[in-house]
Amino acid sequence: MIALSDVLTLGAILFSLSVLGIFINRKNIIILLMCVELMLLAVNLNFIAFSHFSGDIGGQIFVFFILTVAAAEAAIGLAILVVLFRNLSTINVSELDRLKG
Amino acid sequence: MEQILFYCFSAVLIFAATMVITVRNPVRAALFLVLAFFTSAGIWLLLEAEFLALTLVLVYVGAVMVLFLFVVMMLDINLSSLQEGFTRYLPLGIIVAALITIEMLAVLDASHFGLDIVSAPAPQPEGYSNTKAIGLLLYTTYVYPFEIASVILTVAIIAAITLTLRDTKSRKAQVVSEQVKVRAEDRVRVVKMKTSKPDNDQEAGS
Repeated sequence: MIALSDVLTLGAILFSLSVLGIFINRKNIIILLMCVELMLLAVNLNFIAFSHFSGDIGGQIFVFFILTVAAAEAAIGLAILVVLFRNLSTINVSELDRLKG
Repeated sequence: MEQILFYCFSAVLIFAATMVITVRNPVRAALFLVLAFFTSAGIWLLLEAEFLALTLVLVYVGAVMVLFLFVVMMLDINLSSLQEGFTRYLPLGIIVAALITIEMLAVLDASHFGLDIVSAPAPQPEGYSNTKAIGLLLYTTYVYPFEIASVILTVAIIAAITLTLRDTKSRKAQVVSEQVKVRAEDRVRVVKMKTSKPDNDQEAGS
């Protein structure tokens, strides 16, 4: 039988791996977006684990809405990325400093 | 059996996540992210969330990751400049990630959420439909959030299209240079007028 703590441990490891990914890939905006998606996946895993073990299906509804919002976020984020690349021909985060005073 | 499957899926998931954050090529990272999503769909199936597992495969692997791959292949990215600071920030990142893991595990370990504390639920009876249960709840209790989600998706469609639209003739957009160039005289005309007293007005009227 799977224990709840096993799933929560997996979620914690996945979340901290994506935090590590944001630290070490801080120049590449595409990998940063992917790390955000991984984070949302870890959170969804926790929601589903609690929903399964408490017998309440409301947690799965929440995951459904998170998936919706994450899909919208990915679409808009990639659209912004395309416009950014068209204007600056780079996606390096350290060169995006036009708003610096 | 279930536990062995869970540990296999977990190992693949952690491996895929590690590869996503360490590989140099964004296309490979996207493909490993596909693997991560697919593996977690398997784990969600083990946790009896069938509808969401299939949604994850359809929406994420089928739509979002294809969009990622499309964008990555469309852009001509200079990879060498994007890898700067990889090793420089690695120690700090590892420290922060390890701290987060240790803090979470201190709360979420087996002594708080183990099988003897939170017992495994009884398996669902035959003929139980996860999709039907979600649908029954989604269209009754959560019907307003459901409608708001549809509005969010519409906003996302419109935003993505307007952001990437190229031609300026068929859309209404600001011309920033015209806005900056404008002076106060172009917008407001100050008219000098002779002031008149109210009693003078009465005399003129009578």
